Amino acid sequence: MADFFSDPKTAAQISFLLENIPFAIWETIYSTVIATVFAYLIGLPLGVILVTGAKDGIRPLPAPLMQALNVVVNLLRSVPFLILMVLVMPLSRIILGTTIGTPGILVPLTVAAFPFAARLVESSIREMDKGLIEAAQSMGCSTLQIVWKVMLPESLPSLLSGFLTAFITILGYGAMAGAIGGGGLGAMALMKGWALQQFLVIYGAVIVIVILVQIFQSAGSHLVNRMDRRTASGQKKGGKH
Amino acid sequence: MIELKNISKVFPTAEGELHALTDVTLTIGDGDVYGIVGMSGAGKSTLVRCINLLERPTSGQVLIDGADLCAMDQKALIAQRRSISMIFQQFNLLMQRTCLKNICFPMEIAKVKRADAEKRARELLDVVGLPDKADAYPAQLSGGQRQRIAIARALACDPRILLCDEATSALDPKTTRDILRLIKDINKRLGITVVVITHEMAVVEEICTHVAILDHGRVMETGTVEEVFSNPQTEAGRRLVYPDGVHIAQLPAAQVIRIAFNGGSSYEPLIASLAIDCGVKVNILGADTRNVNGQAFGTMLLGLPEDPPEAAKAVAYLKNQPNITMEEVRDYHG
Ligand SMILES: Nc1ncnc2c1ncn2[C@@H]1O[C@H](COP(=O)(O)OP(=O)(O)OP(=O)(O)O)[C@@H](O)[C@H]1O
Ligand SMILES: [Mg+2]
Repeated sequence: MADFFSDPKTAAQISFLLENIPFAIWETIYSTVIATVFAYLIGLPLGVILVTGAKDGIRPLPAPLMQALNVVVNLLRSVPFLILMVLVMPLSRIILGTTIGTPGILVPLTVAAFPFAARLVESSIREMDKGLIEAAQSMGCSTLQIVWKVMLPESLPSLLSGFLTAFITILGYGAMAGAIGGGGLGAMALMKGWALQQFLVIYGAVIVIVILVQIFQSAGSHLVNRMDRRTASGQKKGGKH
Repeated sequence: MIELKNISKVFPTAEGELHALTDVTLTIGDGDVYGIVGMSGAGKSTLVRCINLLERPTSGQVLIDGADLCAMDQKALIAQRRSISMIFQQFNLLMQRTCLKNICFPMEIAKVKRADAEKRARELLDVVGLPDKADAYPAQLSGGQRQRIAIARALACDPRILLCDEATSALDPKTTRDILRLIKDINKRLGITVVVITHEMAVVEEICTHVAILDHGRVMETGTVEEVFSNPQTEAGRRLVYPDGVHIAQLPAAQVIRIAFNGGSSYEPLIASLAIDCGVKVNILGADTRNVNGQAFGTMLLGLPEDPPEAAKAVAYLKNQPNITMEEVRDYHG
């Protein structure tokens, strides 16, 4: 033990961690948040269209268009993330002018995540009670009003928990992106830890990632439970109403 | 006035065409409480959904005060739907909104100012008897309370027509009666035309003025509840009104008469007074009577005494009773 702690390599790794972890955490969170937000900017409307535009939806769209959308979503979801990242690099260069560092992984992360987000949104809305839409239609709601005032608010708890799933998945993707030049905790573990045989750095970065995921997961679940009014038991957890 | 003219609805299915409605023609007058009854799968829901065009008829016309809904564009139809409210078996309240906000919803859609809407919503909470539930969420209410909120929501935009699709089928008998009473009250006070879809005859008895019997997508008979219940003209009607049926062929007796009650008091005093007033005892071989708005309707099979003078006395007595028609059952074979 004494050996381990007095080893100058250990001391160097610990001081490296202490120095670099805060920024790596920041990079990870910031890239995950931005990529998730962009993924939902595309995925949310797309998910809504996948429901409303379907044959049995409230505003059916031409079947070929719906098929095309489904093919794109499935295709993007089936390409492994690392390969997708490499494929999307040119697009990244066009949009952000760079393919490396944290900005460099935003475009690939978004491209990889929006189809996933779209499917999550789609299934959240589909699990909603169809009777509500019928009731809304009977009250003279337009398609847009049904989406804004019924579909999205009524599936909000489910949408939020999907958002949480997406956020954590994207955080994991972001860590993988370290392998090809991203920033953040994943890159630290791979480039500074694994490549340089600094095992303390690997463990340190990984432990921080695990803790981050735990924090987001439990904070998110708590929020989802608070917002869910669908069961009487959810009310009690949700505080006074 | 609601006029359905030659409505047909065909659903294309994997097994071919499904004729849910065939040539349905109905007229529902202003202020009526109109029951549409039929077995499960008869097409009741499809029919009521045609009234606000949630379901577009394959052919036929839906006229509301003379205006043809099928010919309207989307915008006109949406406006028209605001005057036709609907309540459902499963209530269909927005679970993420408080009761007050649920009642405000249709007004929000109709662009009523928020303060006005909330004021009206609170009035409606009073009307349905739940003034203290404004800030509760639907999940915190019982089924009956949820239906009351749904009724308040349905009244929010001053509809002229209220469609109820099995609105009480998920409720227990007492709650059912309370809700029906509320609907009846609304009909009387506000003059709203009510269309009640149900498979329960008790619901029709409780509140309807008129009734249509639907069977396999066709209207078998229509009329006032009194007419149809006292003397159903069709097999489908009899099956619904008297589900336990009177099977003449199985009943033993010498001379059998059938009497029909057309809305007098209940039938039991009649048999008792027959015994007291003329000393004749008759056998009740079968009865299927029901109370509609406190009046007796239905038929009863009586086995007369073997002794001819006695039998004649009973017949003469019965003939003199108001609200009763009597016929001999000739095709009766013990
Ligand atoms: N969208 C649809 N597609 C195909 N068939 C349908 C559709 N809606 C209804 N049907 C069929 O039409 C017939 C009438 O259905 P409907 O729901 O109107 O019956 P109902 O009288 O309301 O029955 P219940 O008392 O069980 O509610 C049924 O055979 C049903 O299967
Ligand atoms: Mg039905």
